[in-house]
Amino acid sequence: MTAGYIEMWRLVAPEVIVVITALCVLSADLAWLRGAEARVRSMVATLLSVAGCAAAIGWILRAPLTVSFGDGVLVLGPVAQHVQIALLALTMLTVLLASGGDFTRHISEYLALMLLATVGMMLLVSTQNLLLIFLALELLSLSLYVLAAFDKRSERSAEAALKYFLFGAISAAFLLFGFSLLYGVSNSTNLGTIANMLHGAPLDPLLLVAIMMTLVGLGFKVAAVPFHFWAPDVYQGAPASSAALIASGSKVAGFFILYQVLVLGLAGAKGSSAWHGYAAGWMPVVAIVAALSMVLGNLVAIAQTSVRRLLAYSAIGHAGYMLLTILAHTNQSFSALLYYAITYALTVLGAFGVVAVVERVTGGDTLAHFAGLSRRAPLVSLCMLVFMLSLAGIPPLAGFFGKFYVFASALNADHELLWLVVLAIAMSAVSLYYYLKVLKSIYVGEPAGEAPVRVPVVQQVVLAVIALGVVVLGCVPSLLLRWL
Amino acid sequence: MNLLPPISLLTVVPLVGAAAVLVLGRKDNRLARVLAFTFAFLALAVVLILWHWFNPTAGGLQFEEVHAWIPALGVEYHVGIDGLGLLMLLLSAIVVPMAMAASSRIEARAPLYYSLVLMLEAGLFGTFTALNFFHWFLFWELSLIPAFFLIRLWGGTQRAAAATQFFIYTMVGSVALLLAFLALFLCTGKFDFMDLAALAQSGQLLPSLAAGFAWHSLTAGKVALLLCFGAFLGFAVKVPLVPFHTWLPSAYAEAPAGVTMLLTGTMSKMGVYGFLRILLPIFYAQLREVRTALLWLAVATIVLSAYAALAQKDLKRIFAYSSINHLGYCMLGIFSILKWTGDNPALAAEKAAALNGVLLQMFNHGLTAATLFWFVALLEKRSGGLRGLDDFGGLRKVAPVFCGMMGIALFSSLGLPGLNGFVGEFLIFKGAFPLAIAPTSVSVLGLLLTAIFILTILQRVFSGPLNSKWAGMHDLTLSERLALAPPLVLMFVLGVYPQLVLGFTNSTVMQFVRHLRF
Amino acid sequence: MLAWTIYISFGGALVLMLLPKGGVRAARVVALLAALAGLAIAVADFARRPSGELVTVVQVSWIRSLGLEYHLAADGISLTLVLLTGIVAVAGVLFSWNIEQRANEFFAFYLALIGGVYGVFLSFDLLLLFVFYEIAIVPKYFLIAIWGSTRREYAAMKLALYSFVGSAMVLIGLIAAYVVAGARTMDLVQLSQFPFPVHFQMWAFPLVFVGFGILAGLWPFHTWAPTGHVAAPTAASMLLAGVVMKLGAYGCLRVAMMLFPRGLDPWGFHVLGLGSWREVFALLALIGIVYGAMVALVQKDFKFVIGYSSVSHMGFVLLGLMTLQQIGLDGAVLQMFSHGVLAGLLFAVVGRMVYDRTHTRDLTELSKMSLGKVLPFAAATFVLAGMASIGLPGFSGFVAELQVLIGTWRSFPVFVVIAGVGIVIGIAYTWRAMQMAFFGASHNSSVGSAAYPPISIPERIAAMLLLAASIVVGLYPQLLLRVIIPALHSPMFDGLWKGGVR
Repeated sequence: MTAGYIEMWRLVAPEVIVVITALCVLSADLAWLRGAEARVRSMVATLLSVAGCAAAIGWILRAPLTVSFGDGVLVLGPVAQHVQIALLALTMLTVLLASGGDFTRHISEYLALMLLATVGMMLLVSTQNLLLIFLALELLSLSLYVLAAFDKRSERSAEAALKYFLFGAISAAFLLFGFSLLYGVSNSTNLGTIANMLHGAPLDPLLLVAIMMTLVGLGFKVAAVPFHFWAPDVYQGAPASSAALIASGSKVAGFFILYQVLVLGLAGAKGSSAWHGYAAGWMPVVAIVAALSMVLGNLVAIAQTSVRRLLAYSAIGHAGYMLLTILAHTNQSFSALLYYAITYALTVLGAFGVVAVVERVTGGDTLAHFAGLSRRAPLVSLCMLVFMLSLAGIPPLAGFFGKFYVFASALNADHELLWLVVLAIAMSAVSLYYYLKVLKSIYVGEPAGEAPVRVPVVQQVVLAVIALGVVVLGCVPSLLLRWL
Repeated sequence: MNLLPPISLLTVVPLVGAAAVLVLGRKDNRLARVLAFTFAFLALAVVLILWHWFNPTAGGLQFEEVHAWIPALGVEYHVGIDGLGLLMLLLSAIVVPMAMAASSRIEARAPLYYSLVLMLEAGLFGTFTALNFFHWFLFWELSLIPAFFLIRLWGGTQRAAAATQFFIYTMVGSVALLLAFLALFLCTGKFDFMDLAALAQSGQLLPSLAAGFAWHSLTAGKVALLLCFGAFLGFAVKVPLVPFHTWLPSAYAEAPAGVTMLLTGTMSKMGVYGFLRILLPIFYAQLREVRTALLWLAVATIVLSAYAALAQKDLKRIFAYSSINHLGYCMLGIFSILKWTGDNPALAAEKAAALNGVLLQMFNHGLTAATLFWFVALLEKRSGGLRGLDDFGGLRKVAPVFCGMMGIALFSSLGLPGLNGFVGEFLIFKGAFPLAIAPTSVSVLGLLLTAIFILTILQRVFSGPLNSKWAGMHDLTLSERLALAPPLVLMFVLGVYPQLVLGFTNSTVMQFVRHLRF
Repeated sequence: MLAWTIYISFGGALVLMLLPKGGVRAARVVALLAALAGLAIAVADFARRPSGELVTVVQVSWIRSLGLEYHLAADGISLTLVLLTGIVAVAGVLFSWNIEQRANEFFAFYLALIGGVYGVFLSFDLLLLFVFYEIAIVPKYFLIAIWGSTRREYAAMKLALYSFVGSAMVLIGLIAAYVVAGARTMDLVQLSQFPFPVHFQMWAFPLVFVGFGILAGLWPFHTWAPTGHVAAPTAASMLLAGVVMKLGAYGCLRVAMMLFPRGLDPWGFHVLGLGSWREVFALLALIGIVYGAMVALVQKDFKFVIGYSSVSHMGFVLLGLMTLQQIGLDGAVLQMFSHGVLAGLLFAVVGRMVYDRTHTRDLTELSKMSLGKVLPFAAATFVLAGMASIGLPGFSGFVAELQVLIGTWRSFPVFVVIAGVGIVIGIAYTWRAMQMAFFGASHNSSVGSAAYPPISIPERIAAMLLLAASIVVGLYPQLLLRVIIPALHSPMFDGLWKGGVR
């Protein structure tokens, strides 16, 4: 508590490293590369960013911490740090995938924003203080808004960003309001203290309002129904790598913090979502949100012809599955949440990488544009096969084990969650249909042209690495579980 | 020989032959034919050796082989022969080469043809030696399938319908048989014929059936009758008995010559064999209940078929109906045995006579009928396919040897004393008359009618004015005469010296009569 | 050693995926070698095994925190089915020798499917079993969607979704069982000893049974089967009907019946005359037998006849399972083997020998072609296979169906009659198909000598392999029964015998 600023800086060293990297990227480009061609600028920026992230990872690995600083301002433990490593890794991969994009000349600004968004994510997972949560969330969101708008050639991008911004701003307002009410009720901004204050206290209307508002704010972040309306348009309009980051890293961070807020902070107000034992609190609400997300996300995805929108709606569905772990609120389910979120993020990142490749070659992302891809780009198609099947939950891929772990931990924690688990499994079965549609197009469809597609080596390697990761994590999940 | 299982060996020989013919003779019809003959004669040799080793005085089963097979189902590999079995093996082994000899006109897909014939022979051997329902039924079906294809693929113009009818009738009968024995197994846990017979003999059958069908309101007696009927159906179709005979005339007429010989010479005997080996020992009590009906059924078979033969114009159809007629005598003999004679030892002796007659008639008819169809085939060869009664006339003038030889066969079929056909029929009538006076008396009509149509054939085909169409008809060639000689000689021999057969069948018959409670 | 069947299959699939595009010959050879290796291992292990007790092949901890193990083991039932898979796999590769388009992908998916199937039969950890079960779904989809014929994309999707829905149901039951048993282990042996509460078993059993039953062709969830079989390319149909449907039946036995035997007990009340799940599923199986047979009788498409006959034959398997008699279950497992081989053979004749040459499956058109003369080997094979599938003694189907019927007689006597009717209808539709396809009267004898390519060597070898398997087992069923019967006596199945009838 009385540790000095040095101490604090040491605690946030990884974030600092990433910030410095962002600044380096900006300044390097500004200072020396204004005249260089785009390819060189891109390469330098990418290398710098990757190096910076790697350095941050290295720092975390070298100096593991378990500490709580300030009034819950910085709370680090092995799990949080490992999640930070995962976030950094995801960013690295996104940066590498973005290197092939040609939608902007301002590549350094783009990557810098990405890094700043990453900082926001890293802060999100290392805090239990309401104020810092909001700060980190805003840092993340603002970066993402701009990232979404970065493709100036496309009006869709601008529209997406605007929608994202508007939704996001309103949700942020809700969140802030909710947080302030929470503070009012508990007289503290520390989640732990809030929990203590609420423990045993009756549920007063102000608290309920606070909970609802918090849920709105955070629900927006994870794209749960009914706060999901931004997702399809943003996923479709934003440049591929931005969408990838939105879909992957920010989801992980978003779920992490949602779990913390609800399970840690609002533990006293959870109520019950049991089939026969309803009790007011956030649990019934989250249960309904989860159910709606699962159903709506999967059912609407069936009708999509654009792969990006399909991924958006499927993301809503997956959000629903992940909310199950929050309902279970045990350590095991938290571990399940993180495993699911990280592997999901990885998979979706890869999927967007493939979408980027296809868009560059064929100019669109509808199912028809994917037709016959397996003949023209076998490696990329194979990777997409892995990603789609993992999302569907086919073993031995990570997505299957994630779902199994989530469902098992949910049922293990509370038998009454059976109805949600059944619904989840049913919707999961439905989801196979639209994932297979994509694969059908790739493998069964006839290609428009016979020429093999030239994919840059970097993209191929990254996609292959991600696919391999998904397979390995599915076969030997303990590799990841150990760290969670 | 004691080291090798003779009966299994016997059954395997034609199977190996079938494979050999298919594989080696694939491209060469002549080679196929030669191979087929080789294996058929090999089988005949084995049977003759078996005959040599057979002990004529012992009444029970010989050369028995018992091996565990499917213990879970109570199925054993149990084979053995007694006098009856040996007789049937001899008949089959003799008729098959005759049938092959008559098949010289088959050129299309000949290897397949001979292979199917050999498979049929294996089925015959198996049926006549198997003593456990499981593999007995296997061989029973194994003989059905090649017969179907033989008719279907090489038969005459109406072959499709004939083959289909043959198949359906026999299949329905087989299914009834299968169901009956399945029910028996379910109630008694046994598939073995000897065991089941022992069960019936000791009076355990009805109680077992009662226990097995306890859930239904049928009494044990009714159930037994039902099962008996099922099994009866299977065999009655094969013999055939009126009214299950309607498949026969078309099948015999449409089948190629060699196949008809097999059908009449051996396959019809499967039905009679079934009655003797299977139905009678197990279901004698049920059969006895309906004895009168059965006897009159046999009479109907005898008389109606002979009457129908009179009306036929196609030589093959005449002989087809004649077959039904001759086997009707066997059935008459069998059914007459059912009469309870426990208090009258003299009648028991008559049973032995009747049974001996039945066995003898089975063999003789097989031989004679096969020879007759062979002659028809030879006639068809010379006439370019014609075989109507009215197509010929006065052939005695251009083909005297042919007429002479065929005449012998015809007279044997008629039942002329001195030829083999007489002895069997005589013994049957002798034995059956005191046991079933009225039916036997009426059956004499059959003899009369047979005489009429045989003589008609002799007159229309061989005597009378020569039909100018056949002025250039060739007589029998030397090879044909040599080939036909053995059956004809056998006809004479058996006519004069039936002891050849009775010598080894008598003990079996006595065993039947003594140990089986009729 | 047995685990290598799985590894070789997947390894082969991987190799095939990496082969250069035009290497058709290389693809065939690789696939054949992989399939033969699997078969050789299966036969070797089968021969070495004295009886059907459980022998563990591999058992290592997989996810220690959840108690999940990578546990492969084999008892008599597994061995029988692994043997079946080996035989059908080799035959399938041989019958696919003529695939030219994208051959290496075809064989890759094929081997992946085989690997998954081997995995299911050898898994003794419930989650592992489920993993392999699901792995098998995806290759099926692609095999049908890319290389199939009639309405292939629709059929493939239908098949994939039905299978997935079925496995979703199984997953629910599986997770529930895991949780109720304390979330410590998924080991089948241990779970089979765990006393699940009766009311839990009462809903878990039908859920898991139906989930697996969908894949086994349980009426009325069978509708994917005829469409799927018809649309699939020959080798895929062979695998689908021959092996994949057995996955479902195996799951019914190994998971549903072994883990939740109390689910078969009487409810205590009656609905429509049925008093337990056992009676319900026995009735459904019976309906499947008769329904499949009757519908097969009126089909115009040759392949549909065989497709529906598969549904009918699988009905025997399920009926045998529900008898809860030793002999009925023996018959059910034996029928799994027998039908696997025969279905493979029948589809091969229809698909590869006839359709690939005549390009029609319409029976009326075929009856004009007198195929009996033109393709004698195909005709002979179909005749033999047809006889075997009718249940003629001497072939494997006879003993299997006999045992099932005996078991049914002891448990549900009335059903025997109806099942018998099903068999008779079976004779009728086989007869009809045979007549029309091969021995139709040729009105125009000059048409009959159309030049079709002769039946190639790989086809002959494969046909003879399958026929030999059926005949050997038909003549000497003790070969398989000696491992199946002891397997059903193992302690894992104790719960089944305790409440159920002997």
